[in-house]
Amino acid sequence: MRHRSLLILTSVLTTGALTLTACGSRDDKGGSDNNASGDNVTVVIGVDAPLTGSLSALGQGIKNSVDLAVQTANKNKEVPGVTFKIEGLDDQAVPASGQANATKLVGNKDVLGVVGPLNSGVSQQMQGVFASANLAQVSPANTNPALSQGDNWGKGEFKRPFKTYFRTAATDVVQGKFAAQYLFKDAGKKKVFVVDDKQTYGAGLAAIFSDEFKRLGGTVVGTDHVTVKETDFSSTADKVKSSGADSVYFGGQYPEGGLLSDQIKKTGAKIPVMGGDGIYDPAFISASAEANDGDLATSIGYPVEKLDTAKKFIADYNAGGYKDPYAAYGGYSYDAGWSIIQAVKAVVAANNGKLPADARAKVTEALGKVSFDGVTGKVSFDEYGDTTNKQLTVYKVEGGKWVDVKSDTFNQ
Amino acid sequence: MHELPQQLANGLALGALYGLIAIGYTMVYGIVQLINFAHGEIFMIGGFGALTTYTALPSGTSLLVAIPLMIVGGAIASVAVATAAERFAYRPLRNAPRLAPLITAIGLSIALQQLVWQFYPDAKKAVSFPEIPGEAFEITSNLSIQRSDAFVLILAPLCMLALGLFVSKSRSGRAMQATAQDPDTAKLMGINTDRIIVMAFAIGAAFAAVAAVAYGVDKGQINFEMGFILGLKAFTAAVLGGIGNIYGAMVGGVVLGIAESLSIAYIEDIPGMQQLGGGAWSNVWAFVLLILVLLVRPQGLLGERVADRA
Repeated sequence: MRHRSLLILTSVLTTGALTLTACGSRDDKGGSDNNASGDNVTVVIGVDAPLTGSLSALGQGIKNSVDLAVQTANKNKEVPGVTFKIEGLDDQAVPASGQANATKLVGNKDVLGVVGPLNSGVSQQMQGVFASANLAQVSPANTNPALSQGDNWGKGEFKRPFKTYFRTAATDVVQGKFAAQYLFKDAGKKKVFVVDDKQTYGAGLAAIFSDEFKRLGGTVVGTDHVTVKETDFSSTADKVKSSGADSVYFGGQYPEGGLLSDQIKKTGAKIPVMGGDGIYDPAFISASAEANDGDLATSIGYPVEKLDTAKKFIADYNAGGYKDPYAAYGGYSYDAGWSIIQAVKAVVAANNGKLPADARAKVTEALGKVSFDGVTGKVSFDEYGDTTNKQLTVYKVEGGKWVDVKSDTFNQ
Repeated sequence: MHELPQQLANGLALGALYGLIAIGYTMVYGIVQLINFAHGEIFMIGGFGALTTYTALPSGTSLLVAIPLMIVGGAIASVAVATAAERFAYRPLRNAPRLAPLITAIGLSIALQQLVWQFYPDAKKAVSFPEIPGEAFEITSNLSIQRSDAFVLILAPLCMLALGLFVSKSRSGRAMQATAQDPDTAKLMGINTDRIIVMAFAIGAAFAAVAAVAYGVDKGQINFEMGFILGLKAFTAAVLGGIGNIYGAMVGGVVLGIAESLSIAYIEDIPGMQQLGGGAWSNVWAFVLLILVLLVRPQGLLGERVADRA
């Protein structure tokens, strides 16, 4: 009998541990679910992002920023008679989880729009689910061109695969080319070693960068790949060193990017590592003690802190008491959430102040015509669902911080 | 090929780290035939224990003083968790069908990760760990050893030597061998097998803490997920070397580490193999090697008497 009681104790402990963690991740939702008043309709905006795991810093920022947009809309009575609410789901940056979440959101008839996900690879698995339900999806962070322009975008054949897909982030075509031009022309680097993490985002970005860098007259002296979640890249670092490269371009996210940069510098090759918005995060620098000074990253838009339109967002976010910072995609997430709110507003206004029966299809249609001044500038979508905002910034690590060195509007 | 010595050194340092973690898998398997999949998390907890010790020390403490204390602090944390896991999760299942403790181990692994993620301050992303300062040692023009690599390359053999002496010479060590050979007879001979099993878990956890400090001072960061992949690799190393054999764990680790780093560096230079080289394929080649070794020697490189157990 002693055996059995121990068994029970163990399972109680384990269940307890699991419940505790589960409770913990369902936080800061309060204040947005007051749908009590009479003829008030509740509209749910789904949020899908990695809320746990190594990219959770970015995911929590996305969720909180959409929550802020929703709370602002409710406070201002942005859409009369409609109370907004968010439903945040965790995809752990895993495509299959994203697909399951998409199915769940489609099943909730109150959901009229979804913000997310973070990763392009996750988005690939979610697009189809949303399209078949006519549910609009606005990603604040997906940058892979194929998501909005079809698989053959590289050959110049643009075909929008899903009419429900929108994004407030600029694509990798814009970002990769911008990076290549900066590295070649402004930084004067001619020999680059290209590393990617084999993911939809990283490999795509690295390929666009390489093509543009070669077109400009630079040389790609070597390529290699790393595996996500691995941490020992010393062999790759030594290959970089012996290749004689004067710079490295990394297509991937900050956990691997930060380690790769440190390990390259430890070999004695004091050359800058450049990457996309995936490495533009304080964790790229802070996670490791080796100096990253000189490393570069491109990110979409002008620095949020420097935009007049963003001052209110930052003040409100800080006043909102969120546990995690808004991180790299906060502004885009707020704008993505706000664009859905604006689309709902247009639909309700066109239907005598009531939600129509086919609200989802109407919202998707209205999203294409949305236009407003958001946190990150003018927010509107082109015929593929891509943002019309093509502003980019190059950031450099100086004294352990990301400092913006060049902002520009991209035009081929 | 002028970078060959450098790549060998990289592989050796990586392999020594695998080996230190693999000890935990192999000792526990050798005695209770349990694959303790939560061992990767024991390693991770060792790292966080060491970091906590470091932050508790007065700032400005020399790393020469801090590192031994961090190893002790990490070992206290990892041994405490490992022995608690043995007592409350595995012991009640000792006579249960073999799958039950295996599933428990996987569940425990997830629970431990999430506990650290939730409750350790700032552990939701990688947290920084003190690095050994200073430039690499330039041995020759094409070989330089990082200080952190030198650290693990010195520490790993010392730990192995100590463990080897303990197992072969001390009373408890011989009791451990006896329990591994035949637990029932060992018990009849008056050996407290429960104590021996706890000891096996504790030694594995202490080695994992040493590995975690070596990992931290090398990478400059630790995170709550780091035990998963490294644990899997270390388990592979243990199987490669012959699971149940402590020297096999170290040999398997070194062979695996070197195979990985050579495959990253050289496979792509073989004509026609360009697509199959580089970091993307290093795990594939490591497992190809594992399969080839197991085809010729199913008991692993140094293993023996495993067929009648598994």
